[in-house]
Amino acid sequence: MAPKVLEVKDLATQFKTRDGIVHAVNGVSFELQEGETLGIVGESACGKTVTVLSILGLIPSPPGKVVSGSAHYLGKDLLTMSDEEIRFIRGAQISMVFQDPMTSFNPVLTIGRQVAEPIEIHQGVSRKEALERAGELLALVGIPNAKERLSDYPHQFSGGMRQRAMIAMALACSPTVLVADEPTTALDVTIQAQILDIVKRLRDQLGMAIIWITHDLGIIAGLAQRVNVMYGGFIVEEAPVKELYAHPQHPYTIGLLGSLPRLDASTHTRLVSIDGVPPVLMKKPTSCPFAPRCPFVMDRCLQENPPLLSFDTHHRVACWVDPKTGGARA
Amino acid sequence: MSAQTGVLKAGAGGMPLTMKRESLTADAFRRLIRNRAAVVGGLIVLLLALIAIFAGQIAPKSYEVQVLIDNNKVPAWMVSLFSSMAPYAKTTTDYLLGADYVGRDLFSRLVYGSRVSLSVAFIGPIISLLIGVVYGSISGFFGGRADNLMMRIVDVLYAFPTLLFVILLMAFFRSTFAKPDPGSFAYGLSQLDARMGGMLFIFMGIGFTAWETMARLTRGQVLSVREKEFVEAARTVGAGNGRIMFRHILPNIVGPLVVFESLSIPTYITFEAFLSYIGLGVNPPTPSWGSMIAEGGSVIRTYPNQAVFPALALAITMFAFNFLGDGLRDALDPRLRGTQ
Repeated sequence: MAPKVLEVKDLATQFKTRDGIVHAVNGVSFELQEGETLGIVGESACGKTVTVLSILGLIPSPPGKVVSGSAHYLGKDLLTMSDEEIRFIRGAQISMVFQDPMTSFNPVLTIGRQVAEPIEIHQGVSRKEALERAGELLALVGIPNAKERLSDYPHQFSGGMRQRAMIAMALACSPTVLVADEPTTALDVTIQAQILDIVKRLRDQLGMAIIWITHDLGIIAGLAQRVNVMYGGFIVEEAPVKELYAHPQHPYTIGLLGSLPRLDASTHTRLVSIDGVPPVLMKKPTSCPFAPRCPFVMDRCLQENPPLLSFDTHHRVACWVDPKTGGARA
Repeated sequence: MSAQTGVLKAGAGGMPLTMKRESLTADAFRRLIRNRAAVVGGLIVLLLALIAIFAGQIAPKSYEVQVLIDNNKVPAWMVSLFSSMAPYAKTTTDYLLGADYVGRDLFSRLVYGSRVSLSVAFIGPIISLLIGVVYGSISGFFGGRADNLMMRIVDVLYAFPTLLFVILLMAFFRSTFAKPDPGSFAYGLSQLDARMGGMLFIFMGIGFTAWETMARLTRGQVLSVREKEFVEAARTVGAGNGRIMFRHILPNIVGPLVVFESLSIPTYITFEAFLSYIGLGVNPPTPSWGSMIAEGGSVIRTYPNQAVFPALALAITMFAFNFLGDGLRDALDPRLRGTQ
């Protein structure tokens, strides 16, 4: 097995609001191996983004606070690092791509200056050299006339080009881990496909590990090796991608997979959805957070929150119920 | 931001092959020079600056030498303009605009007077920008308790009447410390003030009060920009606070700040003129338009020329700065980017 680059243990993040404390992430643990692509899926507000922002120390504080846990990057805990130390990791070794390429660029600086920024910060080269390198990066992500377009402003780039430039910026210092927070959600499907191709190509070229956050199970299927399914600030199921699609164990995963539109379904089939709404996390849940929406719900689900337990060698699930039988798990 | 004008060769039909690349400053400048009023304003400001710099060469006479025999002399053309002066006016050809009540050349005094107004027009914004922008940025950027405390301080200072403050400052430093105690701080300050012709306290008065509005404006702007996603993106590539503040936030808010400052220049000029008018401004014999208006005002029925010209100069200067400020506002308005 490849060495671990990132090991997150029992991470919990809370936000203080006027109405009380929001438990956004409640004890999340996962690992990331070198060169591996890990997908994190789940619906909006289930804690996907907060998890990765916590790891990078980017939770706005106040009101947010990482209350427990650790996140070891190559043996060092990111959560206990000083601001100065973690700044050297951000952008150089762990970098991030955001969801909306339209707002992630500073409108008054040229694309070149912005793509060159991590190089300037971390590699201590002159601005000219950094710009030159930025030109190469833009060419790498497939922007035509990359050299000339360095002096363009963000508004002169289309959405797809901006997202590519964003990826170029994230790759500028050849990071070990790339965190992609729904990078294709704001793009139309053809551009999505292009971006995915670029990411796959660069992953093979550069050998970096990727954490890919999305709510699109279709993207994960073709990209990731392992998937974490999150719900209500918990990881509810973790499995290799093929295993997850073939034998989903958590009722929520089953629901998610069931609500995907299928090409082979008859055109008159109604799209399946999961009833109910995701929980508002104002209290630390003492029962299973999915219980109110779960078709398999039992008494135990309402009394105890199931821990994430091994189901198979590489497959973990947090559920009291065996969805095959509808009875309790053995 | 360097002006990027990568205009490619025109295609066959005279159509440019690629979009013209233009930096934000170049774009703003283009829109500024299309605004005729702003250009006129800018040219007048430029002219005034030249007059102030080369006052020594332009002024035909000294601004302080009193030729008492020439007091209140009026050039002949002025008498035909203000015919009420005809019965008693002593006409002269020596003085372009006439002489004042102690026989100093009005034109030369007018020329030298531009120095005071112009220095106020430049020093005022510099002080206000330096203090106000730094203060407001820190307050807005760090937020929380620091922000609250800093803004309450501004509120308190804001409530203090500017004019009263400056009058107290002048009265206190000038009269109390003018003579005794050489070597003390206050004495040094009054000496410096005297050497600057009384402008030091005007600058201090403007500086102490002008930055407050600037600090509030900057804080508000920083607050609105610091939550933008590109700021977070900058954080994820490892940018520190300083870099985020100066590279990412400041360039985004500089437009409104410049506009506000250019529109408040006339206020500074009026303020100086007003102080000089009530006798708290520059020390005589240093000429200031405000003090000239005050002196001329007392004889406005008999010798209207002594008040009209400094007043005219003041009015033109104010108009020029206002036009320029208006033009800048339009040019830097992000909603108008790329338009004519």
